[in-house]
Amino acid sequence: MQRNDSRESAREIVVPGDLLADRSMKAGPGTYVENGNIYASLLGIKSIRSNTIGVVPLSGQYVPIRGDMVIGKIVDMGASNWLVDIKAPHPSPLHVNEVPWRVEFGETGRFMTVGDLVLLKVVGVDELGRVQISMKEHGLRKLAGGVVFDVAPAKVPRVIGRSGSMIQIMKNLTGCRIHVGQNGRIWIDGDLDNILRAVEAIKLIEKEAHSRGLTEKIKSLLDHSPSKGE
Amino acid sequence: MGGTPLPEGIKLIDENGKRVDGRMPDELRPLRIEAGVLKRADGSAYLEWGQNKVMAAVYGPRECHPRHMQDPTRALVQCHYNMASFSVDDRKRPGPDRRSQEISKITSEALTNVVFTEYFPRTSIDVYVEVLQANAGTRCAGLTAASVALADAGIPMKDLVASCAAGKVADTMVLDLGKEEDNFGQADIPVGYIPRTGEIVLLQMDGDLTTDQFRTGLGMAVDACKRIYEVQRDALRRRYTIPAGGNEDADNPEVR
Repeated sequence: MQRNDSRESAREIVVPGDLLADRSMKAGPGTYVENGNIYASLLGIKSIRSNTIGVVPLSGQYVPIRGDMVIGKIVDMGASNWLVDIKAPHPSPLHVNEVPWRVEFGETGRFMTVGDLVLLKVVGVDELGRVQISMKEHGLRKLAGGVVFDVAPAKVPRVIGRSGSMIQIMKNLTGCRIHVGQNGRIWIDGDLDNILRAVEAIKLIEKEAHSRGLTEKIKSLLDHSPSKGE
Repeated sequence: MGGTPLPEGIKLIDENGKRVDGRMPDELRPLRIEAGVLKRADGSAYLEWGQNKVMAAVYGPRECHPRHMQDPTRALVQCHYNMASFSVDDRKRPGPDRRSQEISKITSEALTNVVFTEYFPRTSIDVYVEVLQANAGTRCAGLTAASVALADAGIPMKDLVASCAAGKVADTMVLDLGKEEDNFGQADIPVGYIPRTGEIVLLQMDGDLTTDQFRTGLGMAVDACKRIYEVQRDALRRRYTIPAGGNEDADNPEVR
């Protein structure tokens, strides 16, 4: 496998405290600067993009960032808000003003109850880690039916693919409706066989997230396991 | 320290300068670390160091309980050190005691020095250290394993913490005391060390030493920490390097 050797060496695994570069480069995510030198702060893969050096994490909890599309689960209700678990360290309140319906005071339970899944957007995170979420945007809604499961948040970029290529392949080849939250929650709806195929594909992506040629592998997996409906 | 007399027929250092278990004074017990051994934990590590067997698991950053302990500016690193009842010859009475509370506290404090706690306000990072088999030096083993588990959990850190003990046995300064040396030796200094910056994050001493002996011992422990650090880094890299190589092969069916 000489073909891969040179590419493999480019994927260098770094450990917290590893020296990455001196002051000639810019410090990207997963790094910190001390005495002008750039060190890794995470266990991950070293990545260099133009003049910025960073570390792509291999594990870790979901850290909400403004603009993230996430899938949340209602865990509690108040008179004018719901509490939503978005896999961040703390549950986030979803106020009635942030939903697309007009909700009277105390009537929250008529719209969504504990256990419901919602597609949300993170509108802001303050310095105390408090998250503001909203459903008031096009495409955001309550997710009815379908199945939901979790993958490691660090693997989400791979499931989505570059500008959504991976997820598009899976949508096309299974005919399922799929939503992937940045928090690692994935919702799939379609007929049962196709859902199972999509789940299998996503499990494979999660398992082999840091191998190359994954798109091709997923394509052939989905091509070769046609649904019973076809 | 030195309370119980040495049993007949045991020499802690023999004529050749070797120790009870045949090691030289500056020799470590064999150390092996494996990262990512627990599926349900966010990060984990299993460590075997001589006869010591330690499992470390990390959960979080997650909501801090009890609530009044949470800090609005940073995360709390909470370590829970526990010795299994079967980890020692005489059954250890299960549950927290003075010793394990102390070790939990010093481990948390040592780790707080390297974790970027300010990235996760109001949360707690829980570190569980379970000693499955004990043979002296479990606080060092626990701290070494815990820092590997933290890195495995994807928690941002300045560096790993390596830890090792030095001590005085039969008037000789030795490294990494074994059980007999710990029980019948004269002194014991556990050291926690940040190899990149050379900072010491854990330093305790049990027994009496002269200033010179202390300096020698500290120097020995620090050197050993640097060696242990390499084992830690290797464990973390190995966790991801092997499956990546395997996948590369699987890409190409002919090679299988």
